[in-house]
Amino acid sequence: MFAIDYRDCGTPAPRDAGAPVTIDIDGKSVTVPEGTSVMRAASLAGIQVPKLCATDTLKAFGSCRLCLVEIEGRKGYPASCTTLVAPGMKIRTQSEKLAALRRGVLDLYLSDQPPAWAESPAKGHNELETVAKAVGLARTTYGPGRRRPAPVDDSNPYFVFDPQYCIVCSRCVRACDEVQGTFALTVQGRGYDSKIAASEGQPFLESECVSCGACVEACPTAALIEKSVIRLGEPQRAVITTCAYCGVGCSFEAETRGSGAATEVVRMVPNRDGDANHGHACVKGRFAYGYATHPDRQLKPLLRASIRDEWREASWEEAIAYAAGEIRRIQGKYGRDSVGGITSSRCSNEEAFLVQKLVRAAFGTNNVDTCARVCHSPTGYGLKSTLGESAGTQAFTSVARADVILVIGANPTDGHPVFASQIKRRLREGAKLIVIDPRVIDLVRSPHIAADIHLQLQPGTNVAMLNALAHVVVTEGLTKDDYVAERCEAPAYQRWKAFVAEERNSPETMAAITGVPAGLVRRAARLYATGGNGAIYYGLGVTEHSQGSTAVMGLANLAMATGNLGREGVGVNPLRGQNNVQGSCDMGSFPHEFTGYRHVSDSAVRTLFERDWGVQLPAEPGLRIPNMFEASLDGSFRALYVQGEDIVQSDPNTHHVTSALAAMECVIVQDLFLNETARFAHVFLPGSSFLEKDGTFTNAERRISRVRKVMPPRAGYEDWQVTMLLSEALGYPMRYTHPSEIMDEIARLTPTFAGVSYEKLDRLGSIQWPCNDAAPDGTPTMHVHQFVRGKGRFYVTEYVPTSERVNSRFPLILTTGRILSQYNVGAQTRRTDNVLWHAEDLLEIHPHDAEVRGIAEGDWVGMTSRAGETVLRARISDRIAPGVVYTTFHFPQTQANVVTTENSDWATNCPEYKVTAVQVVRVSQADAWRERTALERSLHETHARARDPAHA
Amino acid sequence: MNIELLVKMANEISLFFASGSAPTQAARDVATHMKRFWEPRMRRQIVTYYEKGQGEGLNDLAREAVALLAAEARLSNSA
Repeated sequence: MFAIDYRDCGTPAPRDAGAPVTIDIDGKSVTVPEGTSVMRAASLAGIQVPKLCATDTLKAFGSCRLCLVEIEGRKGYPASCTTLVAPGMKIRTQSEKLAALRRGVLDLYLSDQPPAWAESPAKGHNELETVAKAVGLARTTYGPGRRRPAPVDDSNPYFVFDPQYCIVCSRCVRACDEVQGTFALTVQGRGYDSKIAASEGQPFLESECVSCGACVEACPTAALIEKSVIRLGEPQRAVITTCAYCGVGCSFEAETRGSGAATEVVRMVPNRDGDANHGHACVKGRFAYGYATHPDRQLKPLLRASIRDEWREASWEEAIAYAAGEIRRIQGKYGRDSVGGITSSRCSNEEAFLVQKLVRAAFGTNNVDTCARVCHSPTGYGLKSTLGESAGTQAFTSVARADVILVIGANPTDGHPVFASQIKRRLREGAKLIVIDPRVIDLVRSPHIAADIHLQLQPGTNVAMLNALAHVVVTEGLTKDDYVAERCEAPAYQRWKAFVAEERNSPETMAAITGVPAGLVRRAARLYATGGNGAIYYGLGVTEHSQGSTAVMGLANLAMATGNLGREGVGVNPLRGQNNVQGSCDMGSFPHEFTGYRHVSDSAVRTLFERDWGVQLPAEPGLRIPNMFEASLDGSFRALYVQGEDIVQSDPNTHHVTSALAAMECVIVQDLFLNETARFAHVFLPGSSFLEKDGTFTNAERRISRVRKVMPPRAGYEDWQVTMLLSEALGYPMRYTHPSEIMDEIARLTPTFAGVSYEKLDRLGSIQWPCNDAAPDGTPTMHVHQFVRGKGRFYVTEYVPTSERVNSRFPLILTTGRILSQYNVGAQTRRTDNVLWHAEDLLEIHPHDAEVRGIAEGDWVGMTSRAGETVLRARISDRIAPGVVYTTFHFPQTQANVVTTENSDWATNCPEYKVTAVQVVRVSQADAWRERTALERSLHETHARARDPAHA
Repeated sequence: MNIELLVKMANEISLFFASGSAPTQAARDVATHMKRFWEPRMRRQIVTYYEKGQGEGLNDLAREAVALLAAEARLSNSA
């Protein structure tokens, strides 16, 4: 069932709104766009036509026969859901005949319901009940009939399917098809024996169902219902907020019971008016919010003088005073630049802004960085250099106008599932798909979806592939030279053209590097360049490489050369990993930039901030996260404030990270849980979940959306308030009473946010920056008339192989990614029932590589790299090519990043997670193998130091 | 900091600008990149390393860029 306060119009608005059409419904004059259904027009006029099989997220179906109306001049009783408005139409929705027809139909539906159907768990929240009341039928007039045996399926941890309440309206099946695009549900059997089945009659949990919940929301009865509604009862109020998982930034209605500290979230319902998700959600956003109340939450501040000591609880006052005292002591001893901070892409814009302000203004250093360093920093560098702005170019809805969709280094169905559903919808409408990925991701082949071309390249060869694609575009004359001449710098374009046209960049030559047949590459290039609107979507498979920034530039080059920028349906679009990666970058979290990506050396910008903040600010860039670790190991960096980021689990080469943290004198961790990084902390400050605070997140399409407090912060403070406490204790008081005041300051200091305010966000729902006088309601599509930098700039993108190479000792390439049910380091999702789908990280290995190593499905395997070793279970899979292995990094037990190396992007130091040379062996006893290999490594390093004291 | 790492980073930056910039501009582009993104102690360390031993391990372009940084540092120290 949809949200408690939602008025369902029965059918969707027409996608391409036609001319206005005026009709008469029950004596009311209504004007709606051409293509609107009579049912929707009536609803917009405040007249609800009874319905069961219709809901406005699904196409009209016309099966329940309840929404019949009378239309003057037409015979019979057409269904209002499938009848479109026509000029001058006169419609009656109520008459004696219509009432009799509806009662007759509904009587048949009710005859098939259990006797106590109105007392079902969906009581008060049940469309069947609403319609029965509207039609005036409290119970069936038929006698008790034959009941079907109907076992309840409660296999899914979040919802139940009770077939006795099912009216086989197909809304669930259609939601799975049309909204989610998984096609996991079907109507099995015929006539009276018809029933809803998941996959081939399997329990939901074991079926292809991805647990997005679209079917549950679509169900008009109690057949599919959230377990939380059964457990907690009907929700009483709804608060619109924004999901804290991936970069899609879905808008939700948090439906709750109780008030104050006793507030309980009954369910999260995707907001049908949400500009990013349009009423859809995934298993994480809709269901996996239980971590917020998990008993693992650490709700009291903790202190200890040494990381070898036990934690002791402290008051907020004591913890804050201690942290501030240590920062000042360390600065006094080692210098002002011996401290720094890390902002979080999981926290709000306002919180990221305050942390960087704290570091710059109160610490007096630019040693601030963000966890976006390790994911999308190359996006910022690459897009800023070529196009002039460090952000994606489109709104998500733009994909509905794409003719060719190019997905590279991203796995949207797992990482960005709600946007993946939008992609799949467009593909079902006929758009073409090119996938460039070392792995056969679900988009390559899934129900009703097949990539036209899959370029299954070797990990680490993106730039070679992009140059080969560009070679075809240039040498076959597929460039849009008029577009480029008008919009781009001519000398750089000519240099780039000459470069990519060289034979060494041809698909035939590059095939030896990428492993992809030249013919396929040529077909892909032609399709992207000539297939109509070409839209590029990319993820961490592009950025997390030693040439991450070069690859981003390569994508921008391709889009500019083919004229695929500056309108709907095209563009270069980073799929951001965390909820507020875009926002944390926008907020001046990088050590070289203030908000809005303005360099700290720009004296005019610096003066602006200095006047506003009342302090002098440093003009030199600060340390990036990996540089902080290096500086710690050489003794010049001694204290770190980390808000909402588990660097021990998420950053590469874990041994290196932990050594650096262990060398620090004060590590302050602010988080929901005592995470892996907290093992090296001296101060722990409790964080607040997204349900416990106000603020904004900015998603991958630059969309700023409100986060609204649903319940009070469980530990007493919202995260921005904790930063204020710390700042005050450091002698730099901040005076905000609400995050809206922080946003006002951001708007005051940032040209691209100049027009943003909470009042406007509340009024418009969301805003895509830039938002200023030139674009008061925001900017869905960027670079429309010209590029932000003026003329677009082509860059020569020479392919430089990574220094991480396979050899006889490490003959396989490890690449990493995510899975649908888990999220990043798993701190949230591991504390929910999502573990039922994915309880541990697995190593995907090709059958050939497994066979030669004697590895069978489910075996423990030991994986070693130059950096470290770990043990996990094997999954035999031909999704990856021979020579490549793949795993996720959601579980601390696996510590996948123990094996990843310190290689990083040349421009930004974004780690090269996606390419690590490894060896994999079968092990019989995981713990014994782990201990033995760690010992061997230690001995090896000791001997190496003895041989070469310079490395000591 | 680990000087080998800084040398590696400087070389990788140089590999990008070696092909992307005009030959007369490449060293300046590398040096500018290091000024815009490297924290001063990183620059100081690689400059010191270069001045002590002519920057062993640096490729030609990186060495040229670090020489520019060194010259700027000398200029600013003497100012």
